Amino acid sequence: MMREGIYGLMAEYDTVPDLVQAAEKAHEVGYRRMDTYSPFPIEPAAEAIGFHKNRVALVVLIGGLLGGTGGYSLAYWISVLAYPINTGGKPWHSWPAFIPPTFECTVLGASLAAFIGMLAMNGLPMPYHPVFNAPNFALASKDKFFLCIEAADPQFDLTKTRQFLEQTNPRVVTEVPN
Amino acid sequence: MATKGLTDLPPAGRPYLVDPPVIAPGHTFASVTEKVMRTVLTPHTPIGWIFGILVTFGIVQILMVAAGYLFYQGVGIWGITIPSAWGFAIVNFVWWIGIGHAGTLISAILLLLKQSWRTSINRAAEAMTLFAVMCAGMFPILHTGRPWLAAYWLFPLPLTMGVWPQFRSPLIWDVFAVSTYFTVSLLFWFTGLIPDIATLRDNAKHRVTRIIYGVLCMGWRGSARHWSRYETAYLLLAGLSTPLVLSVHTVVSWDFAIAVLPGWHTTIFPPYFVAGAIYSGFAMVLTLLIPIRAAYGMKDFITTRHLQNMAKVMLATGLIVAYGYFFEAFMSWYSGDVFEMFQFKNRATGPLGAFYWMLITCNIVLPQSLWFRKVRSSPVLLWVVSIIVNVGMWLERFVIVVISLHRDFLPSSWGTYKATRWDYATFLGTLGFFTFAFLMFIRVLPMISIFELRALLPQSRLQPLLEENLQ
Amino acid sequence: MENHPELVQIKSSPTPHKTKLTLQQMRERLSAATGKTYWRSLEELIDEPGFEELLENEFPEGVAELNRAEDGLSRRNFLKLAGASMALAGLSACTRQPAEAIVPYIRQPEDLIPGIPKFFATTMPFPTGGIPLLVKSNEFRPTKVEGNPQHPASNGATDVFAQASVLDLYDPDRSTSSSYRGEQRNWGDFAEAIDLYKTKAAGSGGAGLRFLSETVISPTLASQIQTVLKKFPGAKWYQWDPVNRDAARAASQTLFGQYAEPIYKFEAANVVLSLDADFLNTSAFPGFIPYSRAFTSRRKLAEDVPMSRLYAVESFHTTAGALSDNRLPLRASDILTFAAALASALGVAGVSAPAQEWTQDQQKFLTGLAKDLKANAGTSIVLPGEQQPPELHVLAAQINQALGNIGKTIVYADPVELVPTDQLGGLKQLLADMNAGKVDLLVILEGNPAYNTPVDLGFELAMPKVKEIVHLCNYRNETTRMSQWHIHSAHYLEMWSDARAYDGTCSIVQPLIAPLYGGHSTHEVVALFTDTPELTPYDAVRAYWTQNGKAAGDFETNWRKWLHDGIIPNTASPVKSLTPRGGTPQIKTLDKNAMEVVFRPDPTIYDGRYNNNAWLQECPKPLIRLEWDNAAMMSIDTAAKHGWNQEDILRITVDGRTTEAPVLVVYGMPDNSITLHLGYGRSFSGRVGNGFGFNAYEIRGMNAPLIATAEKVENSGGTYKLAVVQNFNLIDPHGDPSLMNRSVQGAEAVRRDIIRVGSYDEYKKNPDFAHGDKFEEAPEENYSLYPGYDYTRGYQWGMAVDMNSCVGCNSCVIACQAENNSPVVGKEQVKIGRDMKWLRIDAYYTGDLLNPRAFMQPMMCQHCEDAPCEPVCPVGATVHSPEGLNVMVYNRCVGTRYCSNNCPYKVRRFNFMLFADYTTPSLKPLRNPDVTVRSRGVMEKCTYCLQRINAARIQAEVEETRLQQADPKAERKIRDGEVVTACQQACPTDAIVFGNINDPSSRVTKIKAQPRNYGVLTQVNTRPRTSYIANVVNPNMEIGDRTDMPGKTYIGAES
Repeated sequence: MMREGIYGLMAEYDTVPDLVQAAEKAHEVGYRRMDTYSPFPIEPAAEAIGFHKNRVALVVLIGGLLGGTGGYSLAYWISVLAYPINTGGKPWHSWPAFIPPTFECTVLGASLAAFIGMLAMNGLPMPYHPVFNAPNFALASKDKFFLCIEAADPQFDLTKTRQFLEQTNPRVVTEVPN
Repeated sequence: MATKGLTDLPPAGRPYLVDPPVIAPGHTFASVTEKVMRTVLTPHTPIGWIFGILVTFGIVQILMVAAGYLFYQGVGIWGITIPSAWGFAIVNFVWWIGIGHAGTLISAILLLLKQSWRTSINRAAEAMTLFAVMCAGMFPILHTGRPWLAAYWLFPLPLTMGVWPQFRSPLIWDVFAVSTYFTVSLLFWFTGLIPDIATLRDNAKHRVTRIIYGVLCMGWRGSARHWSRYETAYLLLAGLSTPLVLSVHTVVSWDFAIAVLPGWHTTIFPPYFVAGAIYSGFAMVLTLLIPIRAAYGMKDFITTRHLQNMAKVMLATGLIVAYGYFFEAFMSWYSGDVFEMFQFKNRATGPLGAFYWMLITCNIVLPQSLWFRKVRSSPVLLWVVSIIVNVGMWLERFVIVVISLHRDFLPSSWGTYKATRWDYATFLGTLGFFTFAFLMFIRVLPMISIFELRALLPQSRLQPLLEENLQ
Repeated sequence: MENHPELVQIKSSPTPHKTKLTLQQMRERLSAATGKTYWRSLEELIDEPGFEELLENEFPEGVAELNRAEDGLSRRNFLKLAGASMALAGLSACTRQPAEAIVPYIRQPEDLIPGIPKFFATTMPFPTGGIPLLVKSNEFRPTKVEGNPQHPASNGATDVFAQASVLDLYDPDRSTSSSYRGEQRNWGDFAEAIDLYKTKAAGSGGAGLRFLSETVISPTLASQIQTVLKKFPGAKWYQWDPVNRDAARAASQTLFGQYAEPIYKFEAANVVLSLDADFLNTSAFPGFIPYSRAFTSRRKLAEDVPMSRLYAVESFHTTAGALSDNRLPLRASDILTFAAALASALGVAGVSAPAQEWTQDQQKFLTGLAKDLKANAGTSIVLPGEQQPPELHVLAAQINQALGNIGKTIVYADPVELVPTDQLGGLKQLLADMNAGKVDLLVILEGNPAYNTPVDLGFELAMPKVKEIVHLCNYRNETTRMSQWHIHSAHYLEMWSDARAYDGTCSIVQPLIAPLYGGHSTHEVVALFTDTPELTPYDAVRAYWTQNGKAAGDFETNWRKWLHDGIIPNTASPVKSLTPRGGTPQIKTLDKNAMEVVFRPDPTIYDGRYNNNAWLQECPKPLIRLEWDNAAMMSIDTAAKHGWNQEDILRITVDGRTTEAPVLVVYGMPDNSITLHLGYGRSFSGRVGNGFGFNAYEIRGMNAPLIATAEKVENSGGTYKLAVVQNFNLIDPHGDPSLMNRSVQGAEAVRRDIIRVGSYDEYKKNPDFAHGDKFEEAPEENYSLYPGYDYTRGYQWGMAVDMNSCVGCNSCVIACQAENNSPVVGKEQVKIGRDMKWLRIDAYYTGDLLNPRAFMQPMMCQHCEDAPCEPVCPVGATVHSPEGLNVMVYNRCVGTRYCSNNCPYKVRRFNFMLFADYTTPSLKPLRNPDVTVRSRGVMEKCTYCLQRINAARIQAEVEETRLQQADPKAERKIRDGEVVTACQQACPTDAIVFGNINDPSSRVTKIKAQPRNYGVLTQVNTRPRTSYIANVVNPNMEIGDRTDMPGKTYIGAES
């Protein structure tokens, strides 16, 4: 049950191992709505909070397929249907010539899907997010590591959760206002 | 506490231990961040930078004048003629595109190959790619007789006049290849930038700067979930860029290989164009980074290890290119084709033969010095070699384009080619624009990927995970 | 503009005694004026001589500017012009309704259907005989000139001068007004002045009256002049053409004691010997058009027409030399000696072999030739060159006599000019009178004597000694400067007259358009001196022919018929049976090491009269492929011996007079001989001609107007860039010693099977000599991965070019330019290879360059079925039509030039800048309305005259619908010969044939069916629609053959 005005509790760590262990403990005790913040990717951290796989690859595949078919159909439609004409004795549907553009379109489609998909699934762009209210959070993009257990978590209890986090050897634990 | 991880060096036998490290020892997350950030967030702009910007901006004006007069008069102000209907413009286009290959190659292919040394150079290389492709992109438009139409008729737009592109033409393949290449490189580069821009946002003092960087990084907060998707996307982009980068110069080489012209009509073009592209690309990266690393004291991150590896790549690709030259010559003889044979003899001994031999010297003979560790490990010598290779690669394109054209099938229409001052002005102009853009880049964005540097530090590792992390 | 040398030079004022009007002065004048006075001052300005130039200079794209500016238009130049155009924009835009009432075009004249051109028969006067024409008129604007098929002197073909003459009509530099001492005068003023003079001169019988005309070939004019001379017994009339026929005329005096013109029957000649005769080039040789057709009729290898053999002994590499089977380069001065030796060998009475020792080759040639001529006595022709002295003409006639050719292959008739005279002799008398101050009125009817008379006569110096000079001319030129009266004359397309062709056949010159600038013709000026000064040329011509028309019946009907047909029947000069007298010509031999200078009319601008014709200036001279200039042309060895390089400026001194000329090496010229073309180096010609080349007249004295001996030839140290469109080079990249002193281009052309040639004997053994394993042929049909298109239905257009008939005369080149609105680009652009002509005649030299075998190959778009240019175009601007045409869609073209790169024939032309002149007003009516004027940045090329194909198609369909009203199943296809391309129509030798290759009965199909038919570069699998008929040469193997094609032909092997 959500508390008014509180987004969650944020613990700050100095080293990678501390963060990962803390995250693992939190997951063991059954916290689910939580996230870690770090200045560089730490796969174990994601594992620890139970985030095992993402769907980016699938999006990219779809994007690529759309791009490819789109590319070829464009070439076909233009050369065979829209403006069929004899150029140098080559047939209207001279498919070998259509392959290079098709390939390029495939890559373009896939790449756009990768970029946009990644942003979308990450909910970016996002002008405001409560975690930035946490003091010191600026260091999350420099050299500090954070674990945030969100108030939305069913197990969340301000005092209990704080006690739990205190045990994980953080530098400090702070409340994150909404 | 933060320096705790420093002592646990990775187990012996790691390839890079025999070489100098990719990052000087003694660094912390904070120190690398600070060091790289400083070049951007410093209040005092280096005087050298200001000077450079002024000079290059001046040269960009030359480009403007040259282009302006071109639009007023027509391509007739250039040296092109019949039979040599392509000249500097196409030579420069291919040259710039070639240079544009190093960036994506370093970022993408070396990333896939888990070459951790790429990290300190990929950002700059990618930026260079973008600017090179911009320079390249100008020429196909500028060189047409009616640029105001070519600018959009080459794209498949539903115009009322039904001016559809003609998909059998390699020039259309070019349009697709180059525009795709630019877009994807841009995405790749920008994706890589997002976390670092976030760092700049969090460290910028001035409010405006904070807002600008804030908008650019779109509220990145480095959550584990973000990182996970981010890594996948980045890896996939790398995976996509790899075939793309190979395809782009292949397509460019088809502009020639598809034609019936002796000297162009060659199956070996795609591989050796790609090799040549990488060759010139790495040369240009060295040309840029060697002075910059000195100027900005980045020797800790761009170490001699990087220079050496790039030198080795150049040596390898240079040899592939040499192989290409040899087989062009061999096949023209082996084919027994009267046109091919004449074409090659004319290339080597004709009126423009001097350029061919200059090319051989610059691209094959002199770069052999890279066999010597002394040369590879001396920034100065390496820089000289890189310049020579850049010149050589330009000459290669000149030889292919102009010398093949000026004496082709019908002896009566043989001619010659003489570039005009406008040709030179335009080329110089793009060089200026390239440098100008690059200087701008290193001023406002981190020239080295900070978050990847952090990840390179030993203390970024969690002992049990050491193995996977370092493969 | 005064501080602007280029422009001043470009538009050197036609009236230099007037100060040039500058923008500055103009602004001052105008700033003072307002409202009506503004207009008035404007009119005053327009009368200013400088004004038009100013207007013309406003336009940046002027040819002249292109010539000077280093990249098309130098920045300086551009800024100035921009300034000028701004200042003038206001003026040139203002127009007013004319004061007079004008009539709107409501009721359409029944003989005009807008859009459908009409053809009118007329004749182009030319010193060597009129050229009968059919002129195309679009809405009453003459736009294109064709030959008159009904007239024996044309057979439907033209020469290069006739083709280009239509441009002269619209030349913006034409004189547009008459003047007296530089002040505007109208015709009335002039008539008045002449009237005054007549009353004054009546007493003296016109003792001080002199006429100087060009060679008169108009019967009417001749008779008018006679009336004048009757009226003024004291008056004298002289004719002068710098390229005259004094030698031939003098010879005929010695031979027959009267003037007679030899008429040759080449169709009857098995052996022709040309003694320096340039008879297959232009109308500079009388009867060129019919002669070339007759000659090539024996070279087409039609059934049971044996091939003739042509020997050329010449001092320059003429097109005749190129076609000759055996050729001997000999100094012009030695040719007379050679002829004498030949005459004695043939046993001509009274001629003994001169004491001249010949080289082995020359001796071999001599004996072989003599033998062959003997063997063909009665069926041979010995042809003396126009540039040769009378003695040679005499000898030639005597040899022909000895061989019994006269009466068989040669007949004699009246000369083409009405009153044959010794022109130089006459001029000398005139000069004597002028210098003696006896002349008070000199009437110069056309021509430019101040420029082109022998320099040592000092015509220009004598002019001030004449009280008054009247100069009737199309241009304000060197002579105008020195004359008090300038009367601007009418172009032949603007006037009534008549003319005799080389054989005397007469035809009427009828105008197609009223004089654009109200010019007046010779007839009118002469009429002023008669008692009927108002007699119009129309009436004069009719009057003459009412008396002299031999045709029976009503005159009006005849007249209409003559005008319609363009020929007046049975007017050909009657054949005279004459026998040449014997007699020993005295032979002066020139020292072996002496350097001779030969003056020849220019193959493109003749004697200088076409100097301001941009088409002709930019027309490559046959074989040497030089444009825009003339040069000191000499053999390789001569240049090498003196250490002169191409383009070094030489200082040539003849009789103490000097001119400077750049070196141009010409293959196959004799040593110690320099050939100069006349007509260049002018400074009062016009924006096109001024300042190009050098003036050969400066060293052309009265004692040696044909062949002079140079006192001194030295290298001035300077160089002069020449625009040679085909860069012949000697360096052999193969480093193959056997190719030293061989043309690389020639050698490659052979190696690449572009040129295929066999000997006549070889051809008789194996007509298919042009194919087989020696040659690379096209891959078989189903070679491609792709299915091909079906070209077996409907019209399929194709062309065949007979290499054996092409005489390289360039008529087709200019015809193409005129038909297709091709722009002129100027010397600078030509030099860097931006020639815009769709059709060119390539020259290849094989064999030893000291006496090579030259081949001329017309090259235009080959309309490949698998055209390499098409698939590479990114916007589909060049595509294929179902009828097999390779079409350019100008509007789609964005100008990537990829198509040109991929064209193996390099026949595509690109508008690198705005070459087409969009601005000069007078040139606009010239354009062919059926052909787009191409703008900047667009690729163009030969279209097989698509507009003519479609015209024929429309015609056929219109008739078909008419037929189908009667019978719905009726068909009316385009008939063979209904589509005639411009080049085909102009060709005097019928070397180009075009038609539907799907029609087995069409001429082109039949010609392509010949075994000699081959395609150029077919090994690239282009499948061209244009094919070539392989050369066959017929050398006398006793003398040997100069062709050298290792591995390709057996010529020489079988003897």
